Amino acid sequence: MSKVLSPTPLFERVEKARRRKRRFRDTQITLAHGSGGRAMHELIEGLFLEYLRNPLLEKLEDQAVFEIGLTHGGTTGLGNFAQPKARVAFTTDSYVVDPIFFPGGDIGKLAINGTVNDLAMSGARPLYLSAGFILEEGFSIEDLKRILSSMRDAAAEAGVAVVTGDTKVVQKGSVDKIFINTSGVGVIESPVHLSASCAQVGDKVILSGTLGDHGTTIMIARGELELETDIESDTAPLNALVQDMLDEAGSAGAFGSLHCLRDPTRGGAATTLNEIALSSEVCIEIDEILVPVREEAKGACEILGLDPLYVANEGKLIAIVSADVAERLVARMRQNVYGSEACIIGMVKEQPAGIVAMQTGFGGTRIVDMLVGEQLPRIC
Amino acid sequence: MKFIDEYRQGDLASKLADQIERLTPQPLKVMEVCGGHTHTIFKYGIEDLLPRNIEMIHGPGCPVCVIPLGRVDDAIFIAQQPNVIFTTFGDAMRVPGSKTSLLDAKASGADVRMVYSPLDALKIAKKNPDKQVVFLGLGFETTAPSSAMTILQAHKERVGNFSVFCNHITIIPALKAMLDSPDLRLDGFVGPGHVSTVIGTRCYDFVPRDYGKPIVVTGFEPLDILQSVFMIVKQIVEGRAEVENQYARVVNRDGNKRALDALFEVFEPRDYFEWRGLGSIAHSGMRLRTKYSAFDAELKFSVPGLRIADPKACQCGEILKGVKKPWECKVFGTACTPETPIGSCMVSSEGACAAYYNFGRLSKVAERSSAAPMV
Repeated sequence: MSKVLSPTPLFERVEKARRRKRRFRDTQITLAHGSGGRAMHELIEGLFLEYLRNPLLEKLEDQAVFEIGLTHGGTTGLGNFAQPKARVAFTTDSYVVDPIFFPGGDIGKLAINGTVNDLAMSGARPLYLSAGFILEEGFSIEDLKRILSSMRDAAAEAGVAVVTGDTKVVQKGSVDKIFINTSGVGVIESPVHLSASCAQVGDKVILSGTLGDHGTTIMIARGELELETDIESDTAPLNALVQDMLDEAGSAGAFGSLHCLRDPTRGGAATTLNEIALSSEVCIEIDEILVPVREEAKGACEILGLDPLYVANEGKLIAIVSADVAERLVARMRQNVYGSEACIIGMVKEQPAGIVAMQTGFGGTRIVDMLVGEQLPRIC
Repeated sequence: MKFIDEYRQGDLASKLADQIERLTPQPLKVMEVCGGHTHTIFKYGIEDLLPRNIEMIHGPGCPVCVIPLGRVDDAIFIAQQPNVIFTTFGDAMRVPGSKTSLLDAKASGADVRMVYSPLDALKIAKKNPDKQVVFLGLGFETTAPSSAMTILQAHKERVGNFSVFCNHITIIPALKAMLDSPDLRLDGFVGPGHVSTVIGTRCYDFVPRDYGKPIVVTGFEPLDILQSVFMIVKQIVEGRAEVENQYARVVNRDGNKRALDALFEVFEPRDYFEWRGLGSIAHSGMRLRTKYSAFDAELKFSVPGLRIADPKACQCGEILKGVKKPWECKVFGTACTPETPIGSCMVSSEGACAAYYNFGRLSKVAERSSAAPMV
């Protein structure tokens, strides 16, 4: 990966247009607004942020991190673990996956792990979750029991408790079977400041395992293609893996070497890396042959016309860390069941800023841009 | 992955690229006709490997890119009719018509569904006998046989609520039109792969015979394309112009008889069909024969059928003919981007502009081009 990528006048012109803040002009919501790609970014930045702007929301991280304590003289606080000031992470996510049961998990497991992971990516220890259920009239209690039991198991594995909740039932057709929202809080006990804007030139990019397992599993589970594979969703709680990484960094006296953690869910690794490259104003260069993709997922993507880099994951993380601790962190991650295939897939460079580039296995270079619209399969 | 990775080996690629370089220093322009090839070229960064004297021109072989605005409007019109389930391949969902796209129509309440095969659309029709189910037939001889087979199936099973909005096109008249175009300067063709599995290689004989240009039918893996470029350059260096078949593992000389029979049974050529950016090309479109008119959505729904001119800023025509490079278009990457496409070349990942925008902005080719003054 020694090739120097130099920005050209053409590149600068396009890049200027690409960064231009577009006014949100769409008149209605299309599915593209929910796919995790650029349309969704425009919706969030152009609309939600315009109306609800505040310094915490403005950061547009996967979770908000703020301090809470007793020092303001009120009665608020965090009970047993309240210190003069605790750093708290807070996040929310809704789950609408179709089908609700799929190889490797179901909507309930996803709802717990997803929120646990969003908390963990801030370096927080996830503690308490809420769960809101929107149920369709006629939904089977047997299925609901199945979902609840997998939520119980997932919460137990992650060491969190669902401590509050809500239930709504709507008329048949108003939702599809069951939608779940979970919110969560956790405390950040290590002196880390993880953010998509903290990547530094020279950093290494670590990926905790194979890409594309969840998204391809769901595509296949929809049954439209009559494909059969052994592929399973990778949905998993990553808080223990993150704790291992924090411990390793701590024992090296290098908390400051951890710069950014993200779980590449919707929009896949490509979208996550683009978010980091843009908000840190750096170039992220990855090497295709270093990116692990399971054979089954590769095959399914090949048939579906998808690119594993853009396919959703539910049990993987991307870490941007100082080069001097990268190998050490990877070695530690590999001892964890959810990091056993961890590896370094690239590095952070200065130019061209805001861009993710990939050295292809074939010997060329290409841009890995943010997903535009839904990743629709190609026809020929 | 078995049988795939073999065609993506970087070490073989650089050897092949060296061999191409050793053949000739003469500047050569080679067009890949098929959008699938364009996608591969950009996805793997093949232009980075080619010697500087070899220039790839990205041709008109992306069916999504050449469907004219008026036909997209017609498709949206049908999708918006009451009681209609409109089915389409995924690519066509985002293609902008003169005002909206199918994706917008879907958001506004039209029942637009993505399918992987027209047979899936037929299944939907059988499941919903009280609805009219329309399939958007789109593509070259690659996808047309599956539309034909589905119509035959629907005919056999007397499925009265199924029809096809046929926009199928044929490659040979388009190739001829390109070769006849006065502003075209090409030295050889990377011939279509998937299309040729159906039509065979015999029908390309006119290219070397009448126009003196080599054409090599080519597979879709990156090594296929490099090998094909090698074969084309070798022909030129040796003073030959022939039809060669690099994709012999799939394509034969006479094509797929069953598929061709089905095509002939169901479809007949239209006098003219409009191609976006290229204009009307005689006998380049297919329509349903009278025998199957019950399955012709154009007749069933009396579509408006308006001709709508391409946006003025759009230079898709020049780009499709290889006269202009994507980045030489004034709106490339600024007003026209994959999320707000003005021209059709920006819509599908197989369009030259979208492929270049998505994958190629940093390639050596761009550096070369920007060495020249920018307009």
